Amino acid sequence: MGDEKTSGKNALAEEKKGKKEPKKPQKEPRSKKKAASKDSDGSKETDGEVEPKKEGRLSRFRFSKKKDMPGGLWLKCESCAEVIFRKELEEKGRVCPACGFHFTVPGAERVAMLLDEGTWKEDFDQLEALDRLNFQDARPYAEKLERTVQRTGQKEALICGTGQVHGRKVVLAVLDFGFMGGSMGEVVGEKVALSCEVASKQGLPLVIFTSSGGARMHEGVLSLMQMAKTCAALQAFHEGGGFSICVMTHPTTGGVTASFASVTDIVLAEPGALIGFAGPRVIATTLKQELPPGFQRAEFLKERGMIDEIVSRTDLPGTIARLIDYASGPRVSPDRPPIERRSGDRRG
Amino acid sequence: MSKAKGSNDAAGGMAFERKIDEIEAKIAELEALSLSTHLDISPELEALKAKRTEEINKTYADLTAWERVNVARHPKRPVASDYVAEVFDDFLELHGDRYFADDQAILTGFATLDDRRCMLIAHRKGRTTKERLECNFGCAHPEGYRKALRKMRLAEKLGLPIVSMINTPGAYPGIGAEERGQAMAIAENIMAMFTLRVPILVVVIGEGGSGGALGIGIGDRVLMLEHAYYSVISPEGCAAILWKDGERSPEAAEALKLTSKDLIGLKVIDQVISEPQGGAHRAPSVAMAEVKRVLSRNLEELEGIPIEQLLEARRAKYRHIGAIQGRFPSLA
Ligand SMILES: [Zn+2]
Repeated sequence: MGDEKTSGKNALAEEKKGKKEPKKPQKEPRSKKKAASKDSDGSKETDGEVEPKKEGRLSRFRFSKKKDMPGGLWLKCESCAEVIFRKELEEKGRVCPACGFHFTVPGAERVAMLLDEGTWKEDFDQLEALDRLNFQDARPYAEKLERTVQRTGQKEALICGTGQVHGRKVVLAVLDFGFMGGSMGEVVGEKVALSCEVASKQGLPLVIFTSSGGARMHEGVLSLMQMAKTCAALQAFHEGGGFSICVMTHPTTGGVTASFASVTDIVLAEPGALIGFAGPRVIATTLKQELPPGFQRAEFLKERGMIDEIVSRTDLPGTIARLIDYASGPRVSPDRPPIERRSGDRRG
Repeated sequence: MSKAKGSNDAAGGMAFERKIDEIEAKIAELEALSLSTHLDISPELEALKAKRTEEINKTYADLTAWERVNVARHPKRPVASDYVAEVFDDFLELHGDRYFADDQAILTGFATLDDRRCMLIAHRKGRTTKERLECNFGCAHPEGYRKALRKMRLAEKLGLPIVSMINTPGAYPGIGAEERGQAMAIAENIMAMFTLRVPILVVVIGEGGSGGALGIGIGDRVLMLEHAYYSVISPEGCAAILWKDGERSPEAAEALKLTSKDLIGLKVIDQVISEPQGGAHRAPSVAMAEVKRVLSRNLEELEGIPIEQLLEARRAKYRHIGAIQGRFPSLA
């Protein structure tokens, strides 16, 4: 069970584990995936523009009987149904010890997992949602936001800044599913665009991690327009020769998949990640039929040519570093200025 | 995306138009009577027609967002094929994406508008049941978006402006659509449309359903018919998720701010095209004549702008949607 309170900002200060040297991406044993789970915990399952039914911790993972495990010590793997000791899961980088399923990682923890220790500098962290529509369903959006900000200690669903991956300086943007399902509203769109612009200005590669239910419908068509905004910014970045990587993690659906996440130069995915446009439940309801096994999982997408590679969590820093090395240095096309290799002190 | 739920009563009418429908039924009855009996009942007819006008004016003076959504979905509202017949002087359809299929939900081809050649891209909803099924009620598959992109690139090569007509409940949610990369196709189109070196004129003629609309919806100018709607999610979908009750669609429609009036205020669209009193479905030819006039004027204006300037403005426009002066920092 992800608990943002403990794994939030402090995670950055935690001792970084794992090897720092780039290595070849290893083939992750393909885990037994069940077809799209049908229980009604509510996240990301509509038609691409979604938010979790319950924000917060419980919405992230599915329990057979939620009440038996109230945010508790144990949780059930949504992929293999194994009951796991939560602490063990967290120590293992939130990868299921039984089947290797990659659980959703809180944004700040993701930053800590990827970057070299002490290199992270967050930008634009004061941007907050504006609620320009004065949106209200059962309760006001403004109230919902305020509570989410308090609970997560973050102002919005996207964290961005600069840091180093094995000594290579990058602009990093991470969507946090724990903040209203990682949904994209004006601020998320703006921060993705700003990240593109920072990367462009500083000649750095852009690395994006997604986990999102899609557009944030509380911001109406303004959230839809963030798909356009992020693509415009990314296109401008690419036109200037910029290099971008997106890592799609569990789950990435809706307007995020259908915009910036899918048009980076390289698209990676974590094993077992649910990736798609429409949520599986919407599709099942529309078609009134069972979905094929493994539907919309990372392996399914790779087979169909939609992503470049599936990379396990522990291999991600190394693979990203190697990709950056291929994108750096002199280029034979003179109209595309090379991105500079910005070495940090840890670079070996 | 909830599939095109046309209207909220079986007869193809709409609940809020019931009074108008009743008067119209009486008018028809009287006209039939007058024909069969040769009685002069013109005074009665005139009175009824005046009453009808009054009722239409009253009903349409203050439509709720949900009522507008229903007008936008009205089964008699002009669809792509009507525009092809009435607005364009010539149309030469070009099929297929040359990879996989010819998605009927997106119509593409060369078109002529007042002696101006252009590329028409349009969601196709169909009129008859057979047509509606063929084109999945206007819900496109990835091959539809790829077909649109192929034709738009052809337009770019030939230096023809692009006219894109939006009318979709949303992109198709299905197994095949996901297998063939629905999200990737839409994303690719959005990004590519920022690079096309010809003017792009977008007009939302009915339903502007989310990513499915945006997939052919990036333009130098985005126009919208008065009673069209444009939204991040259908009111039904929004009600089901946020209110946990599909019956609350009217409230969701209101909250989503999806009408032309809302969107011009939010600067998401550039112009509203007025419809005849009582909606485009009451006087399709009048409605389409106005669309033709506005399209023609805009195309002429866009042609006068140097392409570099157009591209820069296109990008800047979307870059700044949602950003508010002073709240979002610009890069130092
Ligand atoms: Zn497992």
